[in-house]
Amino acid sequence: MSNIGSYKERLKNFDWSLAESELEYMDGDVINIGWYCSDRICQKGDGEKTALYYEGFGGVEKKFTFNDIRLASNSIGIFLNNLGLKNEDRICLFMDRIPDLYFSFLGILKIGAIVQPLFSAFGDESLFVRLENAQTRAVITQRKQLYKVRKILNKLPFLEFIIVVDHIKTKELEEKEISFSFEEAHQVEEMSIFPTRAESPSVLHYTSGTTGQPKGVKHVHYSLISQYLTTKWVLDLQENDIYWCTADPGWVTGTSYGIIGPWSLGITQCVLDSGFSAQSWYKFIEKYKVTIWYSSPTAIRSLMKAGDDLVAGYNLSSLRHLASVGEPLNSEAVIWSERIFGKPFHDTFWQTETGSIMITNLPGMKIKPGSMGVPFPGITGVVLDQSTFELLRGEGKTGHIAFRPGWPAMMRTYWNNDEKYREKFVNGWYLSGDKASVDKDGYFWFVGRDDDVINTGGHLVSPFEVESALLEHPAVAESAVVANPDEVNMEVVKAFITLKPGFTPSSDMKLEIMNFIRKKLSSLAMPQEIEYMDKLPRTRSGKIMRRLLHAKEWGEEIGDISTLEDD
Amino acid sequence: MEKMNLEERKDFILNYIVKEYMEDADKEITYDTPLISSGYIDSFSMVSLLVFLENKFKIRIPPMKATPEAFDSVNNIVTLVNQYIK
Repeated sequence: MSNIGSYKERLKNFDWSLAESELEYMDGDVINIGWYCSDRICQKGDGEKTALYYEGFGGVEKKFTFNDIRLASNSIGIFLNNLGLKNEDRICLFMDRIPDLYFSFLGILKIGAIVQPLFSAFGDESLFVRLENAQTRAVITQRKQLYKVRKILNKLPFLEFIIVVDHIKTKELEEKEISFSFEEAHQVEEMSIFPTRAESPSVLHYTSGTTGQPKGVKHVHYSLISQYLTTKWVLDLQENDIYWCTADPGWVTGTSYGIIGPWSLGITQCVLDSGFSAQSWYKFIEKYKVTIWYSSPTAIRSLMKAGDDLVAGYNLSSLRHLASVGEPLNSEAVIWSERIFGKPFHDTFWQTETGSIMITNLPGMKIKPGSMGVPFPGITGVVLDQSTFELLRGEGKTGHIAFRPGWPAMMRTYWNNDEKYREKFVNGWYLSGDKASVDKDGYFWFVGRDDDVINTGGHLVSPFEVESALLEHPAVAESAVVANPDEVNMEVVKAFITLKPGFTPSSDMKLEIMNFIRKKLSSLAMPQEIEYMDKLPRTRSGKIMRRLLHAKEWGEEIGDISTLEDD
Repeated sequence: MEKMNLEERKDFILNYIVKEYMEDADKEITYDTPLISSGYIDSFSMVSLLVFLENKFKIRIPPMKATPEAFDSVNNIVTLVNQYIK
């Protein structure tokens, strides 16, 4: 029996207070995610239950109980407090998926500060714009990332502390750098948890848009309510499950469902911190007897590519429920997983801004391969007319996916950018930026985005950010960046460039530019293909017609080109 | 480039990987160090490494052959490259 039981029954008289009551939270109470994910589980008698199985590169294995994570998060919390860091300060996590990241996440929340998780593969420029925007006071990081922080330190006057979790005495610490070791830290049995309330800020994730710099999506501690319930009902986590969320906590899935959801339910989870290979993933599932697996379409398609024969070499019979997130899950992948694992991947749809799952295929319900599923109970999800923003009635009509605001995990604003936040709402609806149609049974079917943001491997990349970085290369005169179709990653970054006088197009130049972007922004943002142009298509007013380049890549109709510059 | 012997080729590729992908001086890799499965080089960065190999050795590696396994160590990469050097 699944946790949700009957979807139809759950829709009747649904109220988020159900989750509040299960979490023993009452309106106006203190609510602190750090406490809920560690101390509360211990108080309920599960302190000795395994919270985390960790496996790193080279077979390093570690295991931590809920009591271990309670103590470790207390230790870092007190350490941060002693540095003078306090509630609502932004503290960035910039490291691989090591246990220290998970402990620090909870510790930061326990002192009432705001966690700013950033993907550890970001280059120094990507790191800089996000730290500058948030006016981050401290970064918790690893030795291997220090060179990036050092490069930008003098441009970040608000950054006071760089906390290194794996410092070795043979290396010199530089300005503002401090060592903190979880292994050597004094274990703090009791700490005074900061009394955050429902609307106290908790997590600040950055997301990319078509224009402008990345936006900081501000979440609050009350997000726990929908993260808890969606984890319970969509992912169906039950007491003895072993859960594996493959997402990195640098992105929202890795925190909402890679930390908060499972640990607020007191569930054991596994983390594999190494590069992707089909063999290592299957081996990991077999070894830890993973029962619930939450992954991404890119990973699933990579597993498909690795071949069916490979699966036969592993015992994956522990798997009980599979789900996917990040980009639309194609029907072939659903059918493949049903054939190979005996169960389908359940697609889920949500965003950094929504904080928790919005549209989903639920355990026990009929799966229509390729469909996003139905709105989660308590979520009013609709499609709106693309020009009038009125409700679209009738099946199969494409419109904007929109939600009625008010679910607990919804973002509260974009950091320092209320104006952009307000632009996300029309006629009382939150606009997701994605388009879909709805069939006669109420299932949503993804159509595409309504902007130029590139979804590569489930991660959003801003064409503007890449174009701006390209212009910083000494040889590049003009740049335009679009999505290119890709069978594994759905989309990859493609750049069109013109060169400055004196520079000659060559394959070596392309490589140089690719590496330039990879180091400056990230490997995700690195153009997988670069095309030289004599000139870029522009409107008569001088604006680059990205739409034209996109249509060329996707084999689409070019549409109206009446505003195209003549020569 | 074609005139390099096997050992020179290995060193050439290894040095490039260290220079381009491992700015952190702490890391030391050998010809057998897993590169992709260890996370030192991710699947997105693999594309730039492929371009480097094609440019430097004047070869064309078919996309089907540019797999994470084929790029997972310097030794594997050299084996792959050798198949296309005339």
